[in-house]
Amino acid sequence: MTELELQLKSIAYRRTILQIIKQARAGHTGGSLSCTDILNVLYNAVMNVSPETLADPDRDRYVQSKGHSVEALYTVLADRGFFPAADLATLYRYKSPFIGHPTRKVRGIEQNTGALGHGLSVAVGMALAGKQDGRAYRVYVLLGDGELAEGSSWEASMTAAHYCLDNLTVIVDRNRLQITGTTEEVTGLEPLAAKFEAFGYAVRSVDGNDIRALLDVFAAVPFAPGKPNLVLAHTVKGKGISFMENSVKWHHRVPTDNEYAAAMAELDAVQSVLER
Amino acid sequence: MELGHANLEEFASTILELARQDTSVLVMTSDSRGSARLTQFGEQLPNQLVEIGIAEQDLVGIAAGLASCGKKVFAVSPACFLTARGLEQIKNDVAYSDQPVKLIGISAGVSYGALGSTHHSLHDFAALRAIHNLTIMAPADNFETRQTIQAICGYPHPVYVRFGKAPLFHLHAPDTAFAIGKAIPIRNGRDLTFVACGETVSAAAAAAELLEKDGVSCRVFSMHTIKPLDQDALVEAAQQTGAIITVEEHSVCGGLGEACAAVLLQAGLHTPFKIVGIPDEYTVTGSQSEIFNHYGISPDGLTQTARQLLFTRTVG
Repeated sequence: MTELELQLKSIAYRRTILQIIKQARAGHTGGSLSCTDILNVLYNAVMNVSPETLADPDRDRYVQSKGHSVEALYTVLADRGFFPAADLATLYRYKSPFIGHPTRKVRGIEQNTGALGHGLSVAVGMALAGKQDGRAYRVYVLLGDGELAEGSSWEASMTAAHYCLDNLTVIVDRNRLQITGTTEEVTGLEPLAAKFEAFGYAVRSVDGNDIRALLDVFAAVPFAPGKPNLVLAHTVKGKGISFMENSVKWHHRVPTDNEYAAAMAELDAVQSVLER
Repeated sequence: MELGHANLEEFASTILELARQDTSVLVMTSDSRGSARLTQFGEQLPNQLVEIGIAEQDLVGIAAGLASCGKKVFAVSPACFLTARGLEQIKNDVAYSDQPVKLIGISAGVSYGALGSTHHSLHDFAALRAIHNLTIMAPADNFETRQTIQAICGYPHPVYVRFGKAPLFHLHAPDTAFAIGKAIPIRNGRDLTFVACGETVSAAAAAAELLEKDGVSCRVFSMHTIKPLDQDALVEAAQQTGAIITVEEHSVCGGLGEACAAVLLQAGLHTPFKIVGIPDEYTVTGSQSEIFNHYGISPDGLTQTARQLLFTRTVG
């Protein structure tokens, strides 16, 4: 898939994310939009996993530790054919498996998440199993920056480095906002890259909303033999919709009719520029 | 009754045998291989022992990840830390996600004695019973421990097993039938039933012998599976013997006793009933056996409890 095709996919994904959140009248809008490009690149250009290979022990694995941004994940999995796109209309509905956090009841999802600070340990276990069995698969795990206050993430980081898990790629969606305010106001994280380096990661910082940059950084994995990989993905919460960007109130706000129309118009405009 | 060794020892030898036959069997420890008697395992099968360090949350989460990739994982850690520090990981990463991790809580209950309440696990049955998709077991002797570990190794869902480190009396013949969720009758009787689990079963069996000498005929069950509970055996015992005493190395809140009470009441049985366990107070200090004696988890204590309960039933 070309870079342009991926850029167009990101626009389509953002449309779907907003559409299903509006229809369900619930969802994590800002965080889903910040990680859209990361998921797009992983599932369309990086990871060796598809509906056909879901039971293959050699498939790549993805764990979404920031489980609340599940609308982005459902959108990408539907597009990749893991389940019919029509299923997205059941988001948040009674008896639907499409709840507000990932579960294995949805085809393509490897692990139930939602409580923060859990995904990295599980991903470490998957990567460790791959090393033990001599399998070539890679494990990708997406963390929110706010969840880094959970100490369990740092326990898991120590273990990842101790076992030299260079088949593990940790992506931090560094959008700098959490529900209360900026991460630095709530519980300061910086200097974040230095902290990860001190914990034994090979760290690369990247614009997490830039398709080309994401393609390049994932192509460079493993960054250093014997070290777990950490992609510090600098993103914008609410990315792609001007009035949602960098705004705390869009953490889990649902667009009104007018806001939805304005958001769609913005996406249309970006798409026509790209297609020119 | 003949004295065997600690359930810890039986676990260590059983898991070593299983792991030798199947390289997908992994043992995980949290700086606990010595206290879990797994040093030999680590020396003989170093590739099948995963050391995590003192990080129980990480231990359980990683266990879930390993299990998702086909490993038969036994996550071994002191019960007090495993089921409190790692509780959210047990709830979400293991039980909710249905990853078939085997959680092994060692030195459970008050096994750590005078080390104090930080090291006691008197909450684990209560906390874990409220979590869906988790079998909870407490084997009473070496035979039950071996049977338990063999039965759960390939079991495709999560299980929690807890035991202690004191040498235990053999309670069963080697050909005794064993199944997850099925109480094992140790003694038959007409007047009263002891429903006990884990390291308290031998005290219940000894109490039954003492009572027999006074003409009180007691049934004794090892209720090694706390969840799912063997409701049929319990209800039948209540109907046939007319009095139930539950015994456990756990808080009287939320453990085996309350589980049994709920079954009996909802079956419409208002059987004379007593829960023997650790009361809801700051636990008395002392060794495991001193704590047991203090709270009546002993042959004499249980004999006295039985007499009181039967007296109540007689005089109304």
